[in-house]
Amino acid sequence: MTDDTAIPRGAPLGLIGCEACGLVVEHAAADASCPRCGHRLHARKPDSVTRSWAYLLAAFILYLPANLLPVLHSKKLFEEWSDTIMSGVVALWKDGAYDLAIIVFTASVVVPLLKMGALALLLVQVQRGSSYLPRERTRLYRILEFIGHWSMLDVFAVALLVALVHFGALGNAEPGAGVVAFGAVVVLTMLATMSFDPRLIWDAPRTPARRASDRPPT
Amino acid sequence: MNTKDGATAPMRIRTDLAICEQCDSVHQRGPLAAGEAADCRVCGATLYRRSRLDVDAMLALTLGALIVFVLANVAPIVTMQSGGITTRAWLLTIVVRAWDHGVGPVAAIAAGTVFLFPLAQLTLYLFVLRAVKRPTRSPGFVEAMHWLRWLRPWSMVEVFLIGILVSIIKMSSLARVTAEAGLWGFGVLTILLTALSTFELRELWDAHDD
Repeated sequence: MTDDTAIPRGAPLGLIGCEACGLVVEHAAADASCPRCGHRLHARKPDSVTRSWAYLLAAFILYLPANLLPVLHSKKLFEEWSDTIMSGVVALWKDGAYDLAIIVFTASVVVPLLKMGALALLLVQVQRGSSYLPRERTRLYRILEFIGHWSMLDVFAVALLVALVHFGALGNAEPGAGVVAFGAVVVLTMLATMSFDPRLIWDAPRTPARRASDRPPT
Repeated sequence: MNTKDGATAPMRIRTDLAICEQCDSVHQRGPLAAGEAADCRVCGATLYRRSRLDVDAMLALTLGALIVFVLANVAPIVTMQSGGITTRAWLLTIVVRAWDHGVGPVAAIAAGTVFLFPLAQLTLYLFVLRAVKRPTRSPGFVEAMHWLRWLRPWSMVEVFLIGILVSIIKMSSLARVTAEAGLWGFGVLTILLTALSTFELRELWDAHDD
């Protein structure tokens, strides 16, 4: 492990890396654009904490209807029932399809919740100016970026069900409002993640003494 | 405004440096062999990389992906048989039925993330890669590259594929559901798009500069 405090950072040196094309520009004026790609140059994404919180809160609010409202209404002769995401998982589990139940539960319930919780944690720690485990927090952000769109899985699954099951011997499948709210949650959390600027994690003052205090005294 | 310490020194491009986009650390750029990546020593993010594929291989992949894209959309994805009735589903059917059933946003998500955005991505790749091969700068290259950057997170063919597989297995206890050529098409498309995305856009910016 190298001593990471020895590596300089761009902002104090007047160096900006363009967010769009990666070009490194020295002494850029306040409202300058990237000479290569024309993207506006800024040391940090503007208002990233506020914008990220706004998207995240909207996602939190919509997470309720996404889970409480049915995602699917099914009709078969005289039977009629509605499935929420959770009841769908329970039904799969009862049918003995444990692997599927786990996949859907992970993609639709665990991942969105963990994502929103993790992003909220990152935002709170940036606002408090925390210098705790920056490397790990940056890695957490990369994981959030990577898994972002996988929660859309259930939306596609419902869409296919609706497309296939209609007026047949199987009855009829109608999408519920929950699936729209769920799609919105996925899009909003993706926007919240994109708005966050991981460089803020490293902006808290880091002194060697501070880092030494991270480890318990021996 | 001009101060002695050079606060308003002229803007300069530093091609010798790379800045980590995740922690703002400044690194000296060095040459890379094909397939190598330079990671940030502070936070571990990838600074820049050189793909194992060259531009010609990328062009071939893009063309192949476009052909597979057409096949995946022309061939049905699944067939369901129950009570003597056979129902087929294409991607287009899924979009139209979602729209008909009053969930317009779901139709829009499926049409955008599985059809429009991947198609736009492939078309833009084709344009951008041809521009890189040309000795002169191409008009429209900058705009195309910005579009590629915006589109990248919103292309969800791989998620669609797994969603369809989950749905097929769910329905298989109720009816005879068989995977058709379209599903295989989306499978191959997923692999090709993943291979294409190993090529960093920043690499293309640099290639176009040279």
